[in-house]
Amino acid sequence: MKYLIAVALLLTSSLSLADEFTNEDVERWEQQYEDVAAQGRQHFTDPALGGNGVVCGQCHPNAANTHPETYPKFQKQLGKVSMLWEMINWCIRNPLQGQELAADDPVMIALQAYIAKERAGVALAPGKH
Amino acid sequence: MNNSRRNFIKHSSAAAIAGILPVSLVRIATGQPSQDFSFAYISDSHIQHIRGNQFVRNWDRGLISAVAEANLLDPKPDFVVFGGDLAQMGMREELDHGYELLSKLNYDIYGLLGEHDYYLDLGEYWSDVFKREHYYSFDHKGVHFVVLNSINTYDEWINKWETPLRRMTEMSGLDNPNGSPFMLGEKQMTWLAQDLAKHSKDTPIIVLSHSPLQHIYKGWNFWTEEAPQIQALLAPFDRVNVLYGHVHQIQYNQIGNIAFNSVMATAWPWPYPSTYSQATSHLPVMTVPMNRADPFSERDATGWQLVNVHSGRIDVEFTLYDNTNRTVGFDAAAGHPVDKTFQDPRDRIIPQKHY
Repeated sequence: MKYLIAVALLLTSSLSLADEFTNEDVERWEQQYEDVAAQGRQHFTDPALGGNGVVCGQCHPNAANTHPETYPKFQKQLGKVSMLWEMINWCIRNPLQGQELAADDPVMIALQAYIAKERAGVALAPGKH
Repeated sequence: MNNSRRNFIKHSSAAAIAGILPVSLVRIATGQPSQDFSFAYISDSHIQHIRGNQFVRNWDRGLISAVAEANLLDPKPDFVVFGGDLAQMGMREELDHGYELLSKLNYDIYGLLGEHDYYLDLGEYWSDVFKREHYYSFDHKGVHFVVLNSINTYDEWINKWETPLRRMTEMSGLDNPNGSPFMLGEKQMTWLAQDLAKHSKDTPIIVLSHSPLQHIYKGWNFWTEEAPQIQALLAPFDRVNVLYGHVHQIQYNQIGNIAFNSVMATAWPWPYPSTYSQATSHLPVMTVPMNRADPFSERDATGWQLVNVHSGRIDVEFTLYDNTNRTVGFDAAAGHPVDKTFQDPRDRIIPQKHY
């Protein structure tokens, strides 16, 4: 009996935690995003991201003309439906003459966090050319 | 990169270019044909040093193409204007290498300063290379040319950085919130007023500036602080034409007697400021936008210009390497510049949405 009560207590306590979070939590999580987006801006303007000193921001001020809302889409030049990170790697390889990043590389995630932040509020338009 | 036969030929050699380029120069008949002339306009090459003897190949190729093609013009233009931003970081290596590429031109060069040439040493080495003052004027076949240094800024900003390289780096980011608005400054404004006062109001004027002499979008310095005052100085003249670089895109409009035309970059294109969804901007209303650039074709949406001067007004023929060439010229009946092919919306090719 004691054992059952203990289990029940454990269950209720963990259940009550699962769907409850405080404003502090929300602020902390949003701040996590803001920090990573800020790191993304750093990488976006960092001559060391590629191999020739060219930075993303040279062609894409405020990440304009990256249209993250249109991905995934058929990228005619890659010949398949692609994600934004694949296009970022194309840019790193070609105009930046650098080394590709893994899809889950923290730098790649930060770059996308920044690009999405500059495009906040624009409706999703997946598949649009 | 782009392996189409057309592009292979186009980029392979100047001799091959001669065979295929539609290099035509149509002089418009006027009452004073002796006053008609043309000049080539190359701008925004952003030659970028990597290390040692290495420079960013892509930007080099844009300038090399423009120079080779301008040399093939027939009839010959009277001179070439280089519209600023020859260098990316204002370095001696970049200005030297860029001017070495420009030295292949068979014509005299009138240069003007861009911010990328200026903020490392405040234009000192640029003047050594181009053998020009930071701003000056000259007369050619009855037209008065005014060459401005429009990329000056507040002394307080210029003096606040710990090193010249830091200053150059901060100004080189187009969208950098640590940057500062472009301007002529008091001294140059006084000079401009005095220079213009020496000429009668029926003298055709062509003003060459790096930044637009109008307020389009401050966040990217598509902007010159004293634009309203400069326009007021130019307003009394019958025929005024302003040509500007910096924006890496086609823009044009008319304010009173002043016709504004932008020129293209040889290095890379910029999106229209309206595509930045977080801020409002003011694209000149008459502008028929360029198509969206295809990054997989590295010369797409870059180019250079031939400017035809007739009766004190100008036509700008855009040579757009991997795209349909365009001509934006002054329409006397309409009283403003128009795109000679695409101005009427019914004549436009399938539009591409600028996301």
